[in-house]
Amino acid sequence: MHPSPDATTDPVIDLEGLVVVLGGFPALAGADLRVERGEILLLAGPNGAGKTTLLRACAGMTRPVRGSGRVLGFDLLRERESIRAGVGLVGHRNGLYADLTVQENLRFWGAASGATSSEIEAAASAMAVDGRLATVPVGRLSAGQRRRTALAVLVVRRAALWLLDEPHTGLDAQGRDELDALLRRAAVSGATVVFASHEADRADQLATRSVRVVAGRVEAVDG
Amino acid sequence: MAEVSRFDVAKAVFVKDLRVEIRSRVLVNQILPFSALVMVLFAFALDATNVLTRVAPGLIWLAVLFSMIVIVQRGFAVESADGALEALQSAGVDALGVYWGKWAALVVQLVVLEVLLVATAVLLYGVDLRAEGVVLLVTTSISATCGLAAVGTIYGGLAAGVSGRETLLPLLVLPVASPVLIGATRAVEAALGTGGTAISEGWPWLGLLSVFAVAFGVGGSFAFGPLIED
Amino acid sequence: MTTITPQSLEVPARRRGTGTRATRIIGLATIVMIGWLAVFGLLISPADRDQGDSVRIMYVHVPSVWLAYLAFIVTAICSAIHLFGRRHSLGVDRVAGASAEVGVVFMAVTLVTGMLWGRITWGVYWQWDARLTTTALLFISYIGYLAVRGLEGTRQQRARRSAVIGLLVVLEIPLVHWSVRLWRSLHQEATVLGTDLDVSLDGLMLFSLFSGVVAFTLLFIWLVLHRSRMLTMIDLAGERALDEALASRISEGGEKRA
Repeated sequence: MHPSPDATTDPVIDLEGLVVVLGGFPALAGADLRVERGEILLLAGPNGAGKTTLLRACAGMTRPVRGSGRVLGFDLLRERESIRAGVGLVGHRNGLYADLTVQENLRFWGAASGATSSEIEAAASAMAVDGRLATVPVGRLSAGQRRRTALAVLVVRRAALWLLDEPHTGLDAQGRDELDALLRRAAVSGATVVFASHEADRADQLATRSVRVVAGRVEAVDG
Repeated sequence: MAEVSRFDVAKAVFVKDLRVEIRSRVLVNQILPFSALVMVLFAFALDATNVLTRVAPGLIWLAVLFSMIVIVQRGFAVESADGALEALQSAGVDALGVYWGKWAALVVQLVVLEVLLVATAVLLYGVDLRAEGVVLLVTTSISATCGLAAVGTIYGGLAAGVSGRETLLPLLVLPVASPVLIGATRAVEAALGTGGTAISEGWPWLGLLSVFAVAFGVGGSFAFGPLIED
Repeated sequence: MTTITPQSLEVPARRRGTGTRATRIIGLATIVMIGWLAVFGLLISPADRDQGDSVRIMYVHVPSVWLAYLAFIVTAICSAIHLFGRRHSLGVDRVAGASAEVGVVFMAVTLVTGMLWGRITWGVYWQWDARLTTTALLFISYIGYLAVRGLEGTRQQRARRSAVIGLLVVLEIPLVHWSVRLWRSLHQEATVLGTDLDVSLDGLMLFSLFSGVVAFTLLFIWLVLHRSRMLTMIDLAGERALDEALASRISEGGEKRA
């Protein structure tokens, strides 16, 4: 994909003292974080603690004003383009075109990222948005189906690091379980997943490790 | 990841934009009726038919400008509604490819719009198309459209990157687009023979419009990435 | 790994105002030169043979349009330095912004004095003359530029965006001017009216005009220095507020843990 010298041994995310300011407010106030390959890491913590900003910073989408970091082996400040190519960020919004069908959305991303049509098919079936769902406009899907389509885009893009912001929001119990199963499978096939959730107890089932984000900093969770 | 060329990205964005339009029919159901309505309102404001025939080329291009603002806003609302532009950015998709794709889609929509507006001018304003002016009319429209689309896409991207600032779009686009309004109006006057203008008077304007299209096409290609970047 | 540390801003943190010895001297010189201009422009220089006393408007009008263009050239150069320079300096971005603000004011003065002169000379406030029209469109374009500067975002984002817009406007100027000239050359009214803004100036008039240019240039330098220092201080205040906000955010985290 985008190899860096020690891609296999380096941590996927390695942040030190990251400060990110949004509208004069330090949304991240010196965050440190290390994530190893293949982990499914839960970012727990109350709303407004900085989870979303932390995910966006890892994706190279918000520029830190202080601190340093490497993501997928690339420098967070200097090699943002390389980071972006390997990172998949799904925020509160799914980044899909509501007027287009699932298949058309995936094909668009396939064309923009060089995936073959069989890869697109495989991605759709991996995220269970194939078959009957494929020809439904995204605007008419349920929240869970839309979320899965957005994740299928990450598969199409072969993103090595998945950054998901509250992926369970708006899903019913069945939708959550389905999503969890799909994410576990993605992690097994080589992706690293970092996801934020303010409902720690329910999200714990999915995560292989948890940290707490409090007041713009990352704290280890004991036990 | 397989190498994706800039043109692949541009083509994907272009096809996607037109597909969204075909599905949603916003151009056909809302924007084209709006611009036809503008032409009718011009007739109310200016009253006499002989005046309308005289100023028809200018009114056509004014209507194109105003409608283009709406088309551009719509084109980038599609991108920002569910965070798609941000998703493209966060995936490191080539910004220049996105610019060219959106530019090409805007060109196609503007051409449809212009055909409709010229037809409206023929039907409502008593404008006569003359055969010897068709080449000038078509080349003028194409080069004016390319320039307008370049400008519209640059500033549309800027406005889309900043939420809730779509109102800034006309203030930024219209002064820059004014040479196109002047040039295209004069060239179309020559093509139609409005007020006894000869066709030969139109060609210098075509030169201006072509230079404009190239200048802002190149300028926009450099500007778009930095403008939508966080 | 690249590490970002707080950016050193060019102004010492403790200073109270934006004045220095140099700006005070320039300010004083500006006042003297404006007085000088008033004496020469209003009293000593003669009235024009054709235009009478209205020619005196030129001593303000012409320097202000020169300075407006100079201001926009400074903005364009600073934009280019910010965009293509290695440091992507925020300092030049602030100068670009300050210069554009001052330029817009000078351009407003240009338009108002030009219209007053036109009313007296041509009998109308506005002529669709190539220079006038270009100037008006440029004025609006720089208002747009300032609006872009006011958009939300980080300082780097603001600087990059406005630098791009600043350079696009430069692309726009020749095209606007070309189109308007081509347009007006097809219409004869402007020259039929006879008098143009170019008048034959005698020595004393030329000297008054020159005084105006010097006075306005000093005024421009003085304003831009103060304004860009003020913008620096605003950024500095933001930086300091950030330190406080960081400290309080960190202690907030400590309380929650306890």
